[in-house]
Amino acid sequence: MTTLTARIRAFFDETGNLSRFAGHFFSLGIKPRYEFRELLAQCYQIGYKSFPLVGLTGFIMGLVLTMQLRPSLVSYGVESQLPVMVGIAIVREIGPVITALIFAGKIASSIGAELGSMKVTEQIDAMDVSGTNPFKYLVATRVLACTLMLPMLTLLGDAISLFGAYIGVNIRSVTSFNLFFTQIYQSLSFGDVLPAFIKTFFFGFAVGIVGCYKGFNSSKGTRGVGISANSAVVLSSVLIFVIDLLVVQLTDVLGLN
Amino acid sequence: MKIPTGKTGTPMGEPAIVIEHLYKQFGNNIVLNDFNLTLQKEENMVVLGKSGAGKSVLIKCIIGLLRPDKGKIIVGADDVTKLTHEELDRVRSKMGFLFQGNALYDSMTVRENLEFPLRRHWIDVTQKQVDDMVAEVLENVGLAQTADLMPAELSGGMQKRIALARTMILKPEIILYDEPTTGLDPVTAREIDKLILSLQEKYHTSSIIISHDMNCVKTTADRVILLLDGKCYAEGTYQELEQSADENIKQFFE
Ligand SMILES: Nc1ncnc2c1ncn2[C@@H]1O[C@H](COP(=O)(O)OP(=O)(O)OP(=O)(O)O)[C@@H](O)[C@H]1O
Ligand SMILES: [Mg+2]
Repeated sequence: MTTLTARIRAFFDETGNLSRFAGHFFSLGIKPRYEFRELLAQCYQIGYKSFPLVGLTGFIMGLVLTMQLRPSLVSYGVESQLPVMVGIAIVREIGPVITALIFAGKIASSIGAELGSMKVTEQIDAMDVSGTNPFKYLVATRVLACTLMLPMLTLLGDAISLFGAYIGVNIRSVTSFNLFFTQIYQSLSFGDVLPAFIKTFFFGFAVGIVGCYKGFNSSKGTRGVGISANSAVVLSSVLIFVIDLLVVQLTDVLGLN
Repeated sequence: MKIPTGKTGTPMGEPAIVIEHLYKQFGNNIVLNDFNLTLQKEENMVVLGKSGAGKSVLIKCIIGLLRPDKGKIIVGADDVTKLTHEELDRVRSKMGFLFQGNALYDSMTVRENLEFPLRRHWIDVTQKQVDDMVAEVLENVGLAQTADLMPAELSGGMQKRIALARTMILKPEIILYDEPTTGLDPVTAREIDKLILSLQEKYHTSSIIISHDMNCVKTTADRVILLLDGKCYAEGTYQELEQSADENIKQFFE
């Protein structure tokens, strides 16, 4: 019983601390001095360097999804709807969520480990005494880079995924590139695209803030660093699903679906 | 048993740092317990103490990395325990801090490590000035050829010297050294001692030096204090403490 209450308390402690950390981002991050150079460097590290991974997984996902869906659609006699089904699935849900999860696996862990080892080797303290606010220099830049880069990666990932789907469709039948994309384009409405795009900003923010939070609060030693990297991935992945759930409810209420 | 104390207010006059009634504890672990100290301008003060006595905690309180629970730390005209982050930055630009574990940025080259404090504290410094100052401090620590290496490519002793170079690059008025010669060979260690002395002479720095290396203590110290049970247990010149009959003091000089 005591372990249960202790766990519940630890959960709320963690939630509170994480929220405070995020609040710090909004109160400190908007004040000068702005770290543009570091922000650009992080956008390159976090965004550009994740592109091959996101592209590869997106391509395979589009291809496999199409091949898996085909038999069911054939049995209902609606094989012609394959591009539409795949397109909606990718753009509305699978693209953003899978990209975010891949991103969390790659980025939250690397931020957690990087900041964690900087913390335990006192590099963060060294920055602090060198006239640099480590929260602005390290945290604000990384969180912002994640928030801006994940939506870009998702757009690219979606596009490559749809291309994978096009190839998947063409394995068993022949559809022209034009027809395939016209079909998808016509089936998608504003309400499909916009909420899916907007939620990726929240996914990116969650990955960045959790990675930084875990790194900044890393306990001493290499074990501590490992734990921060690991728990950053776990927590940010869970948060991605929670945000996804909330966004679906919200768009439902707003009648955007 | 006679414990050397007193000699507060050396002839040099104005103090650089005054610490009054400092308390700091972590949970139930009382580290500093009514600690008092005055560092005179241009004085080298060595802090002795057993491992875990709270020496690193003390100098981290001085530079504002840790907030003490109670007490005052006056540096120049400011009480660092009461400053905002911006005000603290201004005070810190006049202070150097050598970390016990060096704390070199391992994602940056040696040159970038050295440039970092310069570019952050002095916003409108020119590239020429930066290059000159980097070259000068590298020369001082005898590692001119390492500028483009990564810290991981240096030996432990070289890393320590680069960390020292980074500490002194801003020519600070006050330098806090956390074990400057630990892990160095005797020859390099003596060079570091000389460097500390020459900095004091050239730039009139005041320093607090934490050290277990009695050779370093002997050459650099104008005054030595012993930190025990969170208090300043003894205070005096090297010779005074060396001749003390007190058990707690004698341990360090054996
Ligand atoms: N951030 C911290 N959180 C909790 N306890 C701490 C923290 N920093 C230091 N301590 C505790 O304070 C005490 C003094 O530590 P400190 O690092 O000042 O020792 P020290 O005198 O520098 O020893 P050494 O010579 O080994 O470096 C130790 O018991 C340590 O466990
Ligand atoms: Mg120490």
